[in-house]
Amino acid sequence: MRVTRASVDHRTSRPRGFSGAVALFAAALAAFCSIETAAANTSNGHNLPIGVTDLSQSMYALHMEVFWICVGIAVVVFGAMIYSLVKFRRSQGAVPDTTMVHSTKVEIIWTIIPVIILVVMAVPAADLILKQEDTRNSELSIRVTGYQWKWQYQYMDAADGVDFFSTLKQDSNFARQLNSGVDPKTVTNYLLDVDKPMVIPSGTKVRLLLTSMDVIHAWWVPDFGAKRSAIPGFVNELWFKVDAGKEGIYRGQCAALCGRDHGFMPVVVDVRTPDDFKKWVEEQKAALKQAGAPAAGSPVAGSQAVTPPAAGSPPAAAPPAAGSPAAVAPAGGPPPSAQVLN
Amino acid sequence: MAHDHDAHTAHNQDHHDDHHDQPATGIKRWLFATNHKDIGTMYLVFSLVMFFIGGAMAMIIRAELFKPGLQLVDPGFFNQMTTMHALVMIFGAVMPSFVGLANWMIPLQVGAPDMALPRMNNFSFWILPFAFTILLSSLFVPGGAPAGGWTMYPPLFLQGGNYVAMAIFAVHLMGASSIMGAINVIVTIMNMRAPGMNLLKMPLFCWSWLITAYLLIAVMPVLAGAVTMLLTDHYFGTSFFNAAGGGDPVMFEHVFWFFGHPEVYIMILPAFGIISEILPTFSRKPLFGATSMIYAIASIAFLSFIVWGHHMFVDGMPLAAQVFFMMSTMLIAVPTGVKVFNWTATMWRGSLSFEPPMLFALSFLFLFTIGGFSGVMLAIVPVDFQYNQTYFVVAHFHYVLVPGAVFAIMAAVYYWLPKWTGNMYSMGLAKAHFWLSTIFVNVLFFPQHFLGLAGMPRRIPDYAVQFSDWNMVSSIGAFGFGLSQILFVVVIIQCARGGKKASAEVWDGATPTGLEWTIPSPAPYHSFAVAPEIK
Repeated sequence: MRVTRASVDHRTSRPRGFSGAVALFAAALAAFCSIETAAANTSNGHNLPIGVTDLSQSMYALHMEVFWICVGIAVVVFGAMIYSLVKFRRSQGAVPDTTMVHSTKVEIIWTIIPVIILVVMAVPAADLILKQEDTRNSELSIRVTGYQWKWQYQYMDAADGVDFFSTLKQDSNFARQLNSGVDPKTVTNYLLDVDKPMVIPSGTKVRLLLTSMDVIHAWWVPDFGAKRSAIPGFVNELWFKVDAGKEGIYRGQCAALCGRDHGFMPVVVDVRTPDDFKKWVEEQKAALKQAGAPAAGSPVAGSQAVTPPAAGSPPAAAPPAAGSPAAVAPAGGPPPSAQVLN
Repeated sequence: MAHDHDAHTAHNQDHHDDHHDQPATGIKRWLFATNHKDIGTMYLVFSLVMFFIGGAMAMIIRAELFKPGLQLVDPGFFNQMTTMHALVMIFGAVMPSFVGLANWMIPLQVGAPDMALPRMNNFSFWILPFAFTILLSSLFVPGGAPAGGWTMYPPLFLQGGNYVAMAIFAVHLMGASSIMGAINVIVTIMNMRAPGMNLLKMPLFCWSWLITAYLLIAVMPVLAGAVTMLLTDHYFGTSFFNAAGGGDPVMFEHVFWFFGHPEVYIMILPAFGIISEILPTFSRKPLFGATSMIYAIASIAFLSFIVWGHHMFVDGMPLAAQVFFMMSTMLIAVPTGVKVFNWTATMWRGSLSFEPPMLFALSFLFLFTIGGFSGVMLAIVPVDFQYNQTYFVVAHFHYVLVPGAVFAIMAAVYYWLPKWTGNMYSMGLAKAHFWLSTIFVNVLFFPQHFLGLAGMPRRIPDYAVQFSDWNMVSSIGAFGFGLSQILFVVVIIQCARGGKKASAEVWDGATPTGLEWTIPSPAPYHSFAVAPEIK
């Protein structure tokens, strides 16, 4: 936060320049320049996190590339504007050159140059999209289902059967009530902590299959560069591979307005070494057996009790191709819409 | 109904008509108004009222976000505020104010006696107070106002109670009003230009509005269709967007944004027109590359129809569609760049003076460009996954809408107010309004870039503590910006009541061009009864 405050001061101490815009732009630059001093795997408070996956690092690099191109253009364009504002003032006796009304040549130049700049940005961007969409050869798949207002994580592959809900932690939930009297600053990881985080192994390509039981949600962990909507009737795909050695807790939030408690359904991912992950899976399976739970599909101990979805809600059974409009038809014909969508 | 007669006789006017040339008195003047100036004034006053209502909602939002924790409102009510703020500002403040400016200025700029369809003009205005009464009264019904975001995405929107019907009916009314306004603009421009004024001689404000009007006619019915499907899904058991019934919630997003993206340009193209009028005046130099400015507006309008997917990158989209929407979106930067460069070239080697309209236009030029840069960044799909649905997006569209569209409207009001009232306004107060607005708008919105990049989602009533500092700065900016707008009202009221008389040209010493400056200030109730000749 110290960095943050410094740039506030920086901005307010720059009275020169045409308007607040210029001063603020300088502040933005200062803020971005100070990135080096920030921790490597979290946001420094005013820029994208570099993150802990290959994807998030590529996103960050592309973000900075585009940002600096924009800064370059801004310097030229705002420079020309400010020069005009200073140089061609009537109060300084400037005489207008009313013959300067048109020039096909310069207009072609300033049409072509932006096109070239855009191509320069678009090529690496298209490359990165290809990488982002390549969900092949994943080593662990987890079905993520959004509910108002919690996440359900159902593991497949090696961890098949592990299935639980993840809800805002109790202390945050208490503190966030209207006029709770609790200072959020006294709550650890206020609004960004859950009762039971998703656990994944590092160095492993993890694929999420996202859907929703009610309204549209979006699952987002900035440090993974991973955000995708969870939409009823659809299964969206998303992948990430956390670099080995970057084990730890990573936090995010639901990113799509999903009703009253949209602000209170955090995403927390606990990244462990593959060995620790295996141990965790064993524990979960043991707990499952102990509880005498049938098989996959029912919440394990430690998760929140959940009302079963209303009859006719889109079943969360894994539908086919990801990203395709795989609207799932219910068993018993179209139900009365008003209740279903509740 | 005295001036039905006037409207008819205005064409084959004679000076003996002059005793009719007075507005009706009292409430009838406004209820039965067919005069483009009266209707324009009503539109502008209405949008100013809505600006303050929407602004009050923004103040509630920023007050709640002043520090972490919930201190003032329930999260459900907070969502109602964000939703209603957007609906009121877009459909109540920005769009009607542009229609108001069109009503006032298009007949004056093309040398017509009035709008082509005065009665429809009356109707299109008077629908609006009803539409907004319905929309705003939903705040007081059980379940409250719409709270699913102004984009009305199902299934969330359909979880609502009474507001579903109220909001949809209000949107239908607003759409009908906009379409009528647009038809009026097109018919007026196509049929009522003074002899000799061919399309390329037409002022840029009229040009920008002509293109905007076509956009409105093209997309408002699409919005109407989308919300009608919501209505039948909610009340009549259809399943257009209900996955359980075989419907598709993402289809709504496609239909909505096919309306929504052109809608964004509906709110900025007339602003381009305004800036293209004001910069040359106070640079004392003709607009640089006027023809390419028109082509640029037309290209932006065309592109607006093929970029809607960029609102939905995180919702899952085929690879080819992602690349296509990225490219088409980036392409918009080219004609927009041409506009910014041409405006800069207009000032280059000019003779600049800094009256209030010019100050707002310059602020537009800088701050809209910043909104353009964040727009280019948002277009880059792979990184958009990080920006999407965060405060970075909020910062982006507020930069293009507030110091963009709203500042252009304020510039237009300061530019033409003396023509409307016949009085000069207080330059000192107007400049104070400018400086306070420009400083606070940046304090308000610039930190939101940082918040978004640092990971704060939009539309949340409470946030993790690492976002505290910038939220506090932003809220302070919001209160400052909100309070500064009171000055705007003071300037307008003072000016309407009296003041130093304005000359016909108003901006003596500058070079205002256009027919509106050839008639006296205030513009007579019926102007151009005889069409002026354009060389």
